[in-house]
Amino acid sequence: MCITPETPQELAMLREAVYRAARDKIAPLAASIDQYGEFNRDVEALCWDLGLLTLALPPEFGGLEKNTGTALCIAVEEISRFCASSALLLIIQAVGSFPIVHGIRPEIRDEVLSRIRDNRELVGYLVTEPSGGSDVAAIKTTATKDGNEYVINGAKCFATNGGVASLYSVLARTSRGEGHRGLSFFMVERERPGLTVGKKEDKLGQRGSNTTEVFLDEVRIPEVNLLGEEGSGFLLAMKDFDMSRPAIAAQALGIAQGAFEAMVKYSTERQTFGKFIAEHQMIQAILADAGMLIEASRGLTYRAAALYDEGKRNTKIASMAKCFASDAAMKITTDAVQVLGGYGYTKDFPVERMFRDAKLTQIFEGTNQIQRIVIAREILNEVGFTI
Amino acid sequence: MFRLNDEQRMIVETVRRIAARELAPRASELDKAAGFPHASVAAFAENGVLNPLLPAQYGGVDLGLFTFSLILEEVGRACAASALLLIAQADGMLPIIHGGSEFLKDKYLRRLADDSRQLTALAATEPSAGSDILSMRTKAVRRGDKYIVNGQKCFITNGSVADFFVLYAYTDASKGARGISAFVAEKSFAGLVYGKNENKMGMRGSVNSELFFEDMEIPVENLIGEEGGGFINLMRTLAMSRLFCAAQAVGIAQGALEEATKYARERVQFGKPIADLTPIQFMIADMAAAVEASRLLTHKAAILFDEGEPDRAGTLAAMAKFTASDTAMRVTTDAVQILGGYGYMKDYPVERMMRDAKLTQIYTGTNQIMRLVAGRELLRPK
Repeated sequence: MCITPETPQELAMLREAVYRAARDKIAPLAASIDQYGEFNRDVEALCWDLGLLTLALPPEFGGLEKNTGTALCIAVEEISRFCASSALLLIIQAVGSFPIVHGIRPEIRDEVLSRIRDNRELVGYLVTEPSGGSDVAAIKTTATKDGNEYVINGAKCFATNGGVASLYSVLARTSRGEGHRGLSFFMVERERPGLTVGKKEDKLGQRGSNTTEVFLDEVRIPEVNLLGEEGSGFLLAMKDFDMSRPAIAAQALGIAQGAFEAMVKYSTERQTFGKFIAEHQMIQAILADAGMLIEASRGLTYRAAALYDEGKRNTKIASMAKCFASDAAMKITTDAVQVLGGYGYTKDFPVERMFRDAKLTQIFEGTNQIQRIVIAREILNEVGFTI
Repeated sequence: MFRLNDEQRMIVETVRRIAARELAPRASELDKAAGFPHASVAAFAENGVLNPLLPAQYGGVDLGLFTFSLILEEVGRACAASALLLIAQADGMLPIIHGGSEFLKDKYLRRLADDSRQLTALAATEPSAGSDILSMRTKAVRRGDKYIVNGQKCFITNGSVADFFVLYAYTDASKGARGISAFVAEKSFAGLVYGKNENKMGMRGSVNSELFFEDMEIPVENLIGEEGGGFINLMRTLAMSRLFCAAQAVGIAQGALEEATKYARERVQFGKPIADLTPIQFMIADMAAAVEASRLLTHKAAILFDEGEPDRAGTLAAMAKFTASDTAMRVTTDAVQILGGYGYMKDYPVERMMRDAKLTQIYTGTNQIMRLVAGRELLRPK
């Protein structure tokens, strides 16, 4: 079943379909995915079946004519209500394939994009390095031209889907001393000699997503695997953020929504002092704050996605959405554990997992400290003040 | 203000050394394996700090609450679960100290003397009686020279490992708070059945157990104080236990602050240590200020207890509990943030501290209840 959401009604249908699939097929697996910290192939297959892993590809390869950003956020939000790790799969597929979709050479375009769709291949995104997280310009991985090939050397870390992807978008330095202008994206196939997957990270949360180190040791790729122009890597990465940050916001929103639903349910079932705890005003205040933050997160997230879909500059709103929704998710999940009390602290209820999952949304795709810098820069640019 | 005397300084140094050598290196493995901290028990017992509150006439060191809170902070800084072990020990001992007959004190408190490794616990919480303790259902019915106990307890720290523990049950449910009585029960008592140990998000090196009582027999001489005196007895211990939780939370926050500070000095981004970046400086400043404020509040409450002002101390302890635990939650969350992707990994201790911190907002009276306690007391006409 694939839905191509062109209209608000179709987007609502997409939401309903993903919600039902996530509730019925993914939710029952969420606790065990977290416990064992393993990538789940059934969830992956379900996402392929629903067309969610080709959302960001061109229409002829399973993608959408329009509303890509919004559809991605909808799917991510609905899955995150039940299992944030599973939603991360969609985000990374979109993020990893972005430099390919927007930078691939015409002569190999159809072959690569059909390969992703037909073979159901996952795409990894190799940008972060041990010494360069927030500081993208500090990237040390190099790509050196040698005849009609590039030779790539370097180490990438915290690569989501690192061990399960078969294609990677790799950001590497093609010229020295030019900061972020010396960076370029390359498509590297998993089977290239010299590419090895390192250790899998043992994480606090989002444990079902596969996060690994990836090493590139004298990896030779044909020149045609350069994505975009030499030196355009940083710009491509920034444009990718315009799509991915609303998606991370949607993930945080979904986590918050899931925790919110759990605490509302519990508070209307648990009694203390002869009343349902929902009847205590101190609990009502927690529910009210959570509800407010979620509605505000939702507004920002879908506004950022809509601007992206309309091809308008969304950098400021996308960063606001990511920062606000993730801070909200951290607060709401912390409060949800609180409302469930001792029970919330045990693994018998899902809120402790949501609490752990939420923390990552404040960190990845640019920490919330970086988001505030981006937001401020955009605000100041609007009044002609350049920093 | 709050200057440590020589004895306190020496104890803090000793505990800090134990924490660095024995507790910190095991904290990660303890968390992962979710076992019981036997090594911590041994280290505490060997150094005479397993029961710092044990009165001198029963072979203890009777260090007082201020010194105990200093110990808890040092332990909590390295391994929060080990601090919880010390707190459970105190919680299981205080009701006997406060209300036990000379016979009970002599029989049970002496068991904790010197380098004893015996463990205690306090069993009050039930599935339907957490914050609302009067909703407990466990009943003790007198029959001849015994009480017959039926019911269940949950989330009991040290529950399944305690050699003896203090148990609260209704002897007369029609009397509400005045119908609850406190008893000392032993591991060996027939009718005591252990349920599961909880699988928790954090404090995983602490055992929290379900206990079931199936016609468990307790000799009448194990009643603490009078029948119906259990609730007041419990409140007296809980008032102090809030202080212990506050001290533990200060320790967790302090540990996370130190990790974040160290990392910020070492991690280079944008060509300089992130410690040079203003947003990081502001975060560290806020974290440190909150930790210092929580510590002072905790110390003040502890000193009021030691100076014999339990009512004021109880209110201050409630304020210290929610302030310090909210601080611990925020500081640990921010410490993970400062460590970024690395902070989210189990290779660094801050993610564990963040999971541990969450419990301090919940146990020994949720922060909602703490605010009620403090708010009502502050607004009471005087």
